[in-house]
Amino acid sequence: MAEFFQYALSGVTMGSIYAAVAVGFNLIYGTTGILNFAQGEFVMLGGMIAVSLAAFMPLPLAVAAAMLIVALCGGALEILFFRRLRSHSALHMIVITIGLSIVVREAALHVWDESVRSLPYFTGNECSSVHLAGAALSPQVFWVLGTVGLAVLVLHTFFRYSLAGKAMRACASNYEAAMLVGINTANVRTLAFSVSAGLGALAGCVISPIGMTQYDMGTDLAIKGFAAAILGGLGNPMAGVAGGLLVGLAESYSVKFLPAAYKDATAFAILLLVLFVRPHGLFGRRQGSAVREA
Amino acid sequence: MLRVRNLRCGYGSLHVIRGLSLHVDAGEIVALIGANGAGKTSLLKALVGLIPPVGGEIRIDGRDATGEPPWRAIANGVALVPEGRQIFADMTVMENLEVGGYRNPDRALPIADVLERFPRLRERAAQLAGTLSGGEQQMLALGRALAARPRLVLLDEPSMGLAPLMVQEVFRTIRALKEQGVTVFLVEQNAVAALQVADRAYVLETGEVILEGEAADLLRNPEVKRAYLGKGYKEVWE
Repeated sequence: MAEFFQYALSGVTMGSIYAAVAVGFNLIYGTTGILNFAQGEFVMLGGMIAVSLAAFMPLPLAVAAAMLIVALCGGALEILFFRRLRSHSALHMIVITIGLSIVVREAALHVWDESVRSLPYFTGNECSSVHLAGAALSPQVFWVLGTVGLAVLVLHTFFRYSLAGKAMRACASNYEAAMLVGINTANVRTLAFSVSAGLGALAGCVISPIGMTQYDMGTDLAIKGFAAAILGGLGNPMAGVAGGLLVGLAESYSVKFLPAAYKDATAFAILLLVLFVRPHGLFGRRQGSAVREA
Repeated sequence: MLRVRNLRCGYGSLHVIRGLSLHVDAGEIVALIGANGAGKTSLLKALVGLIPPVGGEIRIDGRDATGEPPWRAIANGVALVPEGRQIFADMTVMENLEVGGYRNPDRALPIADVLERFPRLRERAAQLAGTLSGGEQQMLALGRALAARPRLVLLDEPSMGLAPLMVQEVFRTIRALKEQGVTVFLVEQNAVAALQVADRAYVLETGEVILEGEAADLLRNPEVKRAYLGKGYKEVWE
């Protein structure tokens, strides 16, 4: 039982990071139709920038600054690359995101070299642990769950109750109609990139003490986050949360039954399985239902 | 209110609207009729900036609005109720109306008006818009446009695919809009109904205006009858 719980918590911890990436994926996909494979790089950048900043400012400030910087970078990417290419196909844009992810990764290699870095533990240190129902946990686990959970809750409230959030949903629902009601859809696209990037950066900061930060961590996260987004249902931000947690749990429990080397294959297996069996994901709308006219 | 001079636009090298001029004065209901593919929908899209113009000019209240992005149209007082409703299907009825009034800080008032006019929408305010019937969706699309308090409403095929009772409701609403001082530019396949409600009308064929005049005169025009009203074959041919 204790073992079961231990696996569950470590699964949920990594899962919440995948969830943050998946929510970012869905936010951008929903409003722009682009699958942003540079999403993992936002997480890496968040961690890296926070590590660098933490050298000469208090930790909370470093994390906040990293989030802000990465959010601005995300918005800048949209303005520089995607705004001008609006008329190109979504496929072109997706290839551009892959290119951008490589550029960012290589730039990070030059700036921060290839060593593994990490932020200090937010509370306690690597040896301190909390015992819960027989499982031993690093206090950082609670920081990860609490922070990502809170961020998701804030986003959810924003989408549900604020006019700007509703405008973003309107963009995702019907792009042309959104323009007709007076929403500056170009700005909404930039905002979607910024928010996704900021959320990724936050995840990169909270996971850094236990997951470490390295220049090439983004690729892995992009693929797992993508699997999570597909599993939840592409385009629906909050479904990404469920998808992320499920991928995290599956990965964690796979270690119990399969050789640890197969851990990373779990996400791919889920990705393929969902695409074969239920391409619209657990909570997504079936493609084509949008075409139905009463 | 709206003045279009020598407008040309299209998709790539295909020009759908070729040198079209028309005007809509404040307080009027003006209808645009024409066969499928005449360019009616393209014209409306061009008027709000969804299709960029290649030539000519669009003036709203005397101000040049040619080539402005679509989200500026509402700020200019022009709302398009697009063909096929285009409601936000995965948002609630109320949210659709609120987003409709996105640019209108006093949106609460027109939204209350809309709910008054269409009690069905009030009953279904918390329901997802995609679950509404076709007629209710048309009411919502219209209500969403009205939430912005536009001075000119462009309606694209508002009666398409609706049950006869709903069609009547739509045309009743158009008359009511006029009484409130809202100017209406109406694109319809249902030419009889459109001409009956309109003050003036234009007949569009392959991107050009071939006839214009008082709606009542056009209703009696044998050419119009033959081509668009589907009635009076006998009168013309005998």
